[in-house]
Amino acid sequence: MYGQVSVLAKETPHWWPPKVSDFILPGWFYPWVTKFTVMVWIAVAIVLVFFLVGYRNPKIVPGRWQWLTESVYSFGRDGIGQDIIGHEGIRFAPYLTSLLTFIGVMNVFGILPLFQVAPTAHIAIPVALTAVSYVLYIYLGLRRHGFVGFLKVMTIPAGAPLYILPLVVPLEFLSNFIIRPFTLAVRLFANMFAGHFILLVFTLGGFVLLNVGAGFAPLSALSWLLAIVLTFLELLVALLQAYVFAILNAVYIQGSLAEEH
Amino acid sequence: MALALLAAPATGVVGSTAAIGYGLAAIGPAIGIGLIFSAYIQSTARQPESAGLTRTYLFLGFVLVEALALFGLAFGFVWSGQ
Repeated sequence: MYGQVSVLAKETPHWWPPKVSDFILPGWFYPWVTKFTVMVWIAVAIVLVFFLVGYRNPKIVPGRWQWLTESVYSFGRDGIGQDIIGHEGIRFAPYLTSLLTFIGVMNVFGILPLFQVAPTAHIAIPVALTAVSYVLYIYLGLRRHGFVGFLKVMTIPAGAPLYILPLVVPLEFLSNFIIRPFTLAVRLFANMFAGHFILLVFTLGGFVLLNVGAGFAPLSALSWLLAIVLTFLELLVALLQAYVFAILNAVYIQGSLAEEH
Repeated sequence: MALALLAAPATGVVGSTAAIGYGLAAIGPAIGIGLIFSAYIQSTARQPESAGLTRTYLFLGFVLVEALALFGLAFGFVWSGQ
């Protein structure tokens, strides 16, 4: 692909195509601090400031900012925690709301100027978030049911007849302990990465078509128009993926806490 | 995403069959997502007050099906070196 693009663009500038080295900030400690690290710090700071300012001076009749933070928190607590986990879900409200806001902010970085790429489009960050979730739901399940009980809850579906268990148990084990964390991480990563990719293709496609010849100028305009439309789609996907990540965490926690069938 | 780079010197066409393969692989999840949203719209049209109740499961089903399409994307990169 790069070969074709370079041919089309005739005189290729030195920064074309974008490389991994673009994420290395000049003058920083390279293996430890990259553009992604700084973006994660900024996301943490935004979430902290958002909630701390909202709760700095709480009133019974909330002001505008307090109303906003309370809406976000009650969405995480009631809309996700209580709806899916049940009354125990309130215990996990801080965790679920943190996931919601932290991932939401990081995903929205993907379409903001200067940031241009979501930190979650780097596989390391979804993997780290998934590791937290994986340890959490296994820990909760082990504490609630004990080792044997937890394995039973995780591998034997309710009402399965005895003769089908040899088939179902390995499949359920595979799906709950291996495929589950894998899909959780890859879903977030691939969504944000594909979104970044699509925006890049249409934005750079506009420049490339402009360079080809005068006849291609309308196509270039179409390409940029699509880039703008897809940016709005990306905003939707960014918020949806944050919501989905929190929902799936709640579902996994609920699965670990569920009573034995 | 080059599972198999096809170089045809006679026509000068250079590209990857992986792109076609991914397009084919996306058909299944596309049908699945269509079914999920059509079921949600039907149930909401029949019983508008159930919209909030079923929305969680709409997104849950949506992401589980979507994961299959994303596997295609991820594995395209994972196995691109071979």
